[in-house]
Amino acid sequence: MIEVNELSKSYGEVVAVEGVSFNVKKGTILGFLGPNGAGKTTTMRMLTCYLPPSGGSAKVAGYDVVEESMEVRRRIGYLPEQPPLYLDMTVRSYLRFVARIKGVTSSQLNGRIDDTMEKTGIAHHQNTVISHLSKGYKQRVGLAQALVHNPEVLVLDEPTVGLDPKQIIEIREVIKGLGGQHTVILSTHILPEVSMTCEQIIIINNGRIAGEGTPESLMAQLKEGEVLRADIGGPSDAVNALIRGVEGVIDVSREGDVERGVYLVTSVPGSDVRDALAREVIGGGYTLRELRSLDMTLEDIFLRLTTEEVKA
Amino acid sequence: MRNFLAVYSKEMRSYFVSPVAYVIAGVFLFLSGYLFRNILMQFNMLCLQLGQRAQQMGGQMPALNLNEMVVVQFFAVMDFIWLLIVPMLTMRLYAEEKKTGTIELLMTSPISSVEVLLGKFFACFSLYSIIVSLTMVYFVILEAYGSPDWGPIFSGYLGYLFLGATFISVGILASALTENQIVAVLLSFGILLLFWLIDWSASFAGPTAAKILQYMSFIEHLEDFQRGVIDSKDVVFYLSFSFFCLFLTTRVVESRRWRR
Repeated sequence: MIEVNELSKSYGEVVAVEGVSFNVKKGTILGFLGPNGAGKTTTMRMLTCYLPPSGGSAKVAGYDVVEESMEVRRRIGYLPEQPPLYLDMTVRSYLRFVARIKGVTSSQLNGRIDDTMEKTGIAHHQNTVISHLSKGYKQRVGLAQALVHNPEVLVLDEPTVGLDPKQIIEIREVIKGLGGQHTVILSTHILPEVSMTCEQIIIINNGRIAGEGTPESLMAQLKEGEVLRADIGGPSDAVNALIRGVEGVIDVSREGDVERGVYLVTSVPGSDVRDALAREVIGGGYTLRELRSLDMTLEDIFLRLTTEEVKA
Repeated sequence: MRNFLAVYSKEMRSYFVSPVAYVIAGVFLFLSGYLFRNILMQFNMLCLQLGQRAQQMGGQMPALNLNEMVVVQFFAVMDFIWLLIVPMLTMRLYAEEKKTGTIELLMTSPISSVEVLLGKFFACFSLYSIIVSLTMVYFVILEAYGSPDWGPIFSGYLGYLFLGATFISVGILASALTENQIVAVLLSFGILLLFWLIDWSASFAGPTAAKILQYMSFIEHLEDFQRGVIDSKDVVFYLSFSFFCLFLTTRVVESRRWRR
């Protein structure tokens, strides 16, 4: 549905996006993850024909974003970071205006507006002036605006930013419900959001793709080893040496206060050193207060991918 | 056409749901009413004085031309008031869309920038025409007590429509250049005043330059209309000036697309 090939954008000397390529299949929800200023918004603006690419090409629903911009614009619904609302209009008249310029025919107009308001839960506010709505409802109107012409592709730029936890959950449910019939690209810097709503993830950093795949495949790809968290009572030097003596252990580090005796034990991928470690600790006469394996979280992947360049 | 109408009705609605249209129309009509009254009182006094003098001297009272003494006078002060009003009507047209980010909605919708521009232009022009035509009430009152010549009055108003289209085009261009409404107003005042007074420098320029400068003046072309002369050269001037500004506006708005 969306084919992006070596897309680049620079503002004068500043390179915002460089050589980004990816494909999105019909009906997929793709999450764009990256720190602020990574190039997420710029990429989305190029896909929605708001900004021309400096290099490369992108096709939405088979149409080129530069050459066949009108066809692309007909098929895309876009919610920018700042919802594009006319604050002096009522919800209904605003959606009516958007539907008309998006090319919804007069006979379908009212039906589409009612459907969309139903879907986004704003029907009971349809005659309220937008400036009187709360932030959460404004966001919903923004989402409704992107959906009103029933587009094949939806591009949502940080749709949950600035909402309270309850509203975030509600908006996510709405977005999740859109997958299947619509192809959705959503950007965010909130990590759990991606693992909760998206089937495909692209991590973008400094204008380049730093990682791509499903949440699971990204984790598998980046796992450097199994990590255990062990809470052991005893002199730290001795315990440290003892853990390092266990077969399969690559690295030991300390977590939190040194006095508390919490160790992070990294071992060879695929191994399980829990049994051996427990035996050694008890055998050495120390106390084992806690021992459990840690799963790598999306946070870890994200941090690893986005801080790589700093390390290098 | 559909898109044009959608933008047009959105802009009209936006003028009338906010206090902007009412305040501008109210302030303007109050001012113009005040001016008209004073011009009329002045004319009245002059008539009385001349009448008394004629009685004392025992001669004929000189014929006073109502059009020359009232209509032309009124038009002369009104010209300048339009220059103050129009930038207030145009300032938000693009600047506000840029500030609130709604321009992003327009630019990513299947609607051409010309349709957006024309929708905005004609909405503003309609509001302007409504305000202008309300001032015709004064001449209806004049008709009740005197007999003005309606020809120059109508052609004067026709001139105002052309003048308004030109002012609005300049204002829209200024609004498209910035996202700050104050900047848009100041910019349009600057451009309008410059072209208002441009024939002043004609007196110090060489013969050819003087002719060009005189031709560029907004006021120069208006005088013909107010004398009752509808000259194609004036119509062409106003229309081409408007087209040029509107063309520049589409270039400015679209520049985002070709600025790689």
